[in-house]
Amino acid sequence: MNKKILAIGAMLLSSIAAAQQTAIVGGTVHTMGPMGTVENGAVLINDGKIVSVVSADAVPSSYTQVNATGKIVTPGLFGALTSLGLVEVGMSAGSVDSSVVHGEERENPVSSVGAALDVQYGFNPDSTLIPISRVEGVTAAATGISYGDYMFNGQGAVASLSGEFDSLIRANAFMHVDVSSNVSDSHGGSRAALWVAIEQSFAEAASIRQVTGFAAYMPRMEWHGMTTRPDAEALLHVLNGKMPLLFTADRAADIMQVVAFKKRNPTVDVVLVNAVEGWRVAEALAEARIPVILNPENNLPGGFDQIGATLTNAARLHQAGVQVSIGMETHNIRLATQHAGNAVANGLPWQAGLASLTINPARIYGVDELLGSLEPGKQADVVIWSGDPLEVTSHAEAVFIEGEQMSTDTRQHKLRDRYMNLNSDKPMTHVRP
Amino acid sequence: MTTSISRNVLILSLLSAAMLTGCSGSENEDKTQKPMFEIDKDPYPSTYHPVPGEATVITNVTILDGIGGKIDNGSVYFSDGKIVALGESVDIPDGATVIDGQGKWVTPGIIDTHSHLGVYPSPSVQSHSDGNEMTKPVTAEVHAEHAIWPHDPGFQRALAGGVTAMQILPGSANLFGGRTVTLKNVPDRTMQDMKFPGAPYGIKMACGENPKRVYGSKGGPMTRMGNVAGYRQAWSDAQNYQRSWEQYYADYEAGKDPKVPKRDLKLETLVGVLEGEIIVHMHCYRADEMTVMMDVMQEFNYQIGSFHHAIESYKIADKLAENNVCSSMWADWWGFKMEAYDTVKENIPMVHAAGACAVVHSDSDLGIQRLNQEAAKAWSDGIRAGIDISQAEAWQWLSANPAKSLGIFEQTGSLESGKYADLVLWSGDPFSTYTQAERVYIDGGLIYDRANPAGWPVSDFELGQVGEGDAK
Repeated sequence: MNKKILAIGAMLLSSIAAAQQTAIVGGTVHTMGPMGTVENGAVLINDGKIVSVVSADAVPSSYTQVNATGKIVTPGLFGALTSLGLVEVGMSAGSVDSSVVHGEERENPVSSVGAALDVQYGFNPDSTLIPISRVEGVTAAATGISYGDYMFNGQGAVASLSGEFDSLIRANAFMHVDVSSNVSDSHGGSRAALWVAIEQSFAEAASIRQVTGFAAYMPRMEWHGMTTRPDAEALLHVLNGKMPLLFTADRAADIMQVVAFKKRNPTVDVVLVNAVEGWRVAEALAEARIPVILNPENNLPGGFDQIGATLTNAARLHQAGVQVSIGMETHNIRLATQHAGNAVANGLPWQAGLASLTINPARIYGVDELLGSLEPGKQADVVIWSGDPLEVTSHAEAVFIEGEQMSTDTRQHKLRDRYMNLNSDKPMTHVRP
Repeated sequence: MTTSISRNVLILSLLSAAMLTGCSGSENEDKTQKPMFEIDKDPYPSTYHPVPGEATVITNVTILDGIGGKIDNGSVYFSDGKIVALGESVDIPDGATVIDGQGKWVTPGIIDTHSHLGVYPSPSVQSHSDGNEMTKPVTAEVHAEHAIWPHDPGFQRALAGGVTAMQILPGSANLFGGRTVTLKNVPDRTMQDMKFPGAPYGIKMACGENPKRVYGSKGGPMTRMGNVAGYRQAWSDAQNYQRSWEQYYADYEAGKDPKVPKRDLKLETLVGVLEGEIIVHMHCYRADEMTVMMDVMQEFNYQIGSFHHAIESYKIADKLAENNVCSSMWADWWGFKMEAYDTVKENIPMVHAAGACAVVHSDSDLGIQRLNQEAAKAWSDGIRAGIDISQAEAWQWLSANPAKSLGIFEQTGSLESGKYADLVLWSGDPFSTYTQAERVYIDGGLIYDRANPAGWPVSDFELGQVGEGDAK
């Protein structure tokens, strides 16, 4: 796993460029850490890292001050489950790396169940979605395959939205499998087929525990699994607790199957995604310590899996002690704040709403040593907001990644500025905002 | 509508003339004229009945009247289904229910110009997929109202978001997708029970990627060229069809007994547009395409009521204003296809600032539940970009402008004396994420009361299922 934490070393190098001391001074600082909320606080940043959060009158003179008086200061937001960097335009517009279909039967597929698929090779930091999301306060995201016709959606990554080539914070950051009706349709139309296939896949992964080392990869080694060797290798990491396993499930009975899986496989780090009926089994989820990533606005029965859909889902899960993360979008991950705000409007405590966008998803992916709160030693991803970030009328006024203030330019802002005045005497293509 | 009325009057006068002639019984005429053939233009009439209401005054409340006015600490009085008065104070009649609106806001009910509730209902299973007649590119003969399932739980959810009326459209696969219908958000046994009395029909049209993607390998159109050729041929056919009926009426009026033209339901809808009775609602994203469509509109002399989605309206807001075409827009959706790539979050305020008609629409069973938040985002983004619009003005995007583009503004869409009492009492400033619709009135009847869970409507589908009657 260590070899797969790609970017941490690289980030230390790149932050030398930003080797300066900055203090964000005067705002209400929601640290999302043990310090809680600091009124009239200051976030001290050195070499791209948080030094500490102190009172605004305790800023050492060596720090360059950024005024945040009257503003709200939070950690950068963490997109809990996106396909950022893997898709530019989803439909009829070229290759989409967040979508994997296996097409015709091939003789030696590298993957039969999808577990081996790995998005780290497809991440594009130049995607316009990245600055468009970043200017709204999103500084990092989990990114993975959103559509595929394999059983597993493969392995996702955690990426910074810095736009740099070293954006990947962690590759092989999670495995994802959908056990709702969506996927059982492609497995004989029945959970009776799907779950047996999942169990078999993990049994095969477990079987290679004993066979490690170079020999395991020799093509001449016999392998008669339902999975391919790369699939089994990837699933072994899941079994060993080295990457979390995300289960998409909505109906309460499916969620209880996920809980039962966790009981059978206590070493697996299980996360529940979507969980429309999660509130009905909230106690069981809390007891099994399974965190949830959800869209709190899903309150309609899109199918028979979601009959119990309600806007109070997030609040009820939180109330039972389940850690809730919010932010399942790609182009509009910037709307995660509105989603969380609506969860708060329906009973989720405000601090839990902000945690659902910051520290909670960072914990899910095991990057909370680096991201998700304003605590000493963490990466200085910080946002200054015009007001309550969960309010639809608030804006991110300044966004810092690793202590560096990010540009506010986006393709959308440039389009807006070009057309703000329609009475140009030149052709619009000559108007360069 | 005026054309329709005058035509009907004409028909009646011709009929009575014919009957008089018949009664006078001129013996030497070889034959009397057969009765003139009449097309019933309202064969699925509304059976809507308002929920009974009581005379009500909401006092001490912040009022957005929906046409640009704001009254702080005012009162609104409605009775017998109609707005009676609003102002800084109103006389409270004996026996009226008085609601203290301290800290709360009142607005006109939200009207969504773009919904597929009932035709793409929840649960969204294959059996329920009734929104797109994807069998040929011109299906102007189909009616969304013939496929509306009134038990879609989405109606109740939208009600809790303050939506009092909505247009249900067919989908956007076809050049002409079929007739739309406007509903009051009072789901009952049948579509007719919800149908907005007197609202004109619309016709759904679609530009761009959808028709060419759907029909590219099914006989065309497979390009935007083919799309436009398809609209033009259809309008031309409609003109021809219109002439055949005009000839029939003229011959009849001249005392002849002409053969009744064969009815063509597809062209009948298009003639309804040419005669100004049916409003065009056109799914169109790109500025260049919308501009072509406004030229087609001039070529065949009809009016587009609203472009829908209209991602790039900000690029041609001046032309939209000149042509009197509304834009029904999202606040920030983008990127799901090429024609949705050039979204800017200031689209709605930029259109408004250019003097064109801006509408906030949903096209979503989730988005329809918080259209006030969509307007709030657009309003706020506009201000940040230097477009100074008041909240009171911005509310036009949610009620008055949608009502205008649906042809129902005389009845609803603003708080004005004599209009339907379609209004929402909000828990606070409706431009806040945390604000919720507390009470929703349609025609003065209290149809949703957040404080009374026992009174929350529950669709047939959700009855007897998990979570029946739960907070949704």
